[in-house]
Amino acid sequence: MGFLNNIKIKEKSKNIINITDFSRSDIEYFISQAEIMKSMQNDEKSKLLRNKTIASLFFEPSTRTRLSFETAIGNLGAKIIGFSDSANTSTKKGETLSDTITMIEKYADAIVMRHKIEGTAKRASEVTKKPVLNAGDGANQHPTQTLLDLFTIKGAFGQIDNLNIGLIGDLKYGRTVHSLADALNKFENINLFLISPDFLKFPEGHLRKLENINYFETKNLDEIMQELDILYVTRIQKERFSDLEEYEKAKDAFIVTLNNLKKAKEKLKIMHPLPRVNELSTDIDNTKYQLYFTQAANGLYMREALLNWCLNKGEKNE
Amino acid sequence: MNEGRRLRPIKNGTVLDHLPASSAPKILSILNLKYENPISILINTDSTSKGKKDLIFIENRQLKEKEIEKIGLIAKNSTWNIIENGKIIQKESIPLPELAINLFKCPNENCITNFENIPTKFIINKKNDSASCDYCNREIENKDILKNLK
Repeated sequence: MGFLNNIKIKEKSKNIINITDFSRSDIEYFISQAEIMKSMQNDEKSKLLRNKTIASLFFEPSTRTRLSFETAIGNLGAKIIGFSDSANTSTKKGETLSDTITMIEKYADAIVMRHKIEGTAKRASEVTKKPVLNAGDGANQHPTQTLLDLFTIKGAFGQIDNLNIGLIGDLKYGRTVHSLADALNKFENINLFLISPDFLKFPEGHLRKLENINYFETKNLDEIMQELDILYVTRIQKERFSDLEEYEKAKDAFIVTLNNLKKAKEKLKIMHPLPRVNELSTDIDNTKYQLYFTQAANGLYMREALLNWCLNKGEKNE
Repeated sequence: MNEGRRLRPIKNGTVLDHLPASSAPKILSILNLKYENPISILINTDSTSKGKKDLIFIENRQLKEKEIEKIGLIAKNSTWNIIENGKIIQKESIPLPELAINLFKCPNENCITNFENIPTKFIINKKNDSASCDYCNREIENKDILKNLK
């Protein structure tokens, strides 16, 4: 499969912090590894991380990502320690992140973490030599989500280049769309349609960095629906709003239903990182457009692939 | 450098010329020099090329490249002159650094650097002179950099 030539591999650890740390060929490598995990037999898979211990540190609540990681850890044969809520930990007593990580690294071979403060995974990777996998840091990055999204796109379309992709909903605070756009910037001929209310627009400073992407901003999904190969729907996240009045204004702003799909391309696929509230109608669940449940399932294979890469240094699997 | 109208030329030392207007006090603060040698500054003086500029004269002290790097983000393309025996023996444009360590506060209130005592780290984008926080990836535009200086 080849080495990850474009990633700065530290002598003692491999990290998954920002999707921008990886090149296109790195991403393609991870996708190929996820494909291998998908087809690997369970008994073979369970030997890959036998005798390893992985810390699962969810300072911020999560069900889906946490369960996906914890299942992946179990499937690979590793032991798991950690917490799903920092309320019962020393963090509540005021312990710094740096101290928490310094302590945990004594017990674990790798650290998976989610935190509401941005830059925390990066900081953790500075404090420890053990691999750190960012399961989401505030509104910043969610690289494992992006990698499973790309794995899903590749599976559905056979490629990631030459696609028209609509991102709808909370484009300002949504880390999944930020990470996804960063990754798509490494592929060719991608047109991004950014559909959001004005106060939830994709940050301008970030857009400027997407030099390889053509992007179009609009408030009207129906106007551009016929252009799209993929529509990526995101939830308006209450927890990201410091101003609840702004949240109330936004939450029902962009809802996708069957009605919006009248002019859709035959091969259109709808994706969503889930969980959803009301922004994605259940009417779409049993249609040919639905890809979000496959997306959720793919999370497991991609996280298995990433954990394996972090801890096995590629010796057995390249 | 004919600022002898306001200041006499120095015999030995460093002159920083064509600095952005009003930046000299902050630049001195960043350089964090021990004030053992005479230092003169001119703020908002006339400049034929820039309209207004600042200057800093540091007598009997040659600034090193590592020190100059610290001020590159504010003083890009300003001039760094080394003076010996009344003559300019080295004259260079101040370069933009690759990285700015512990120079600015991150404007993102939700960045880890605003919660823990960690030196900030910004990667400089040479295309538009902006800076990105290496922790939270938030970008500071060049025009906001002075505002966020520590």
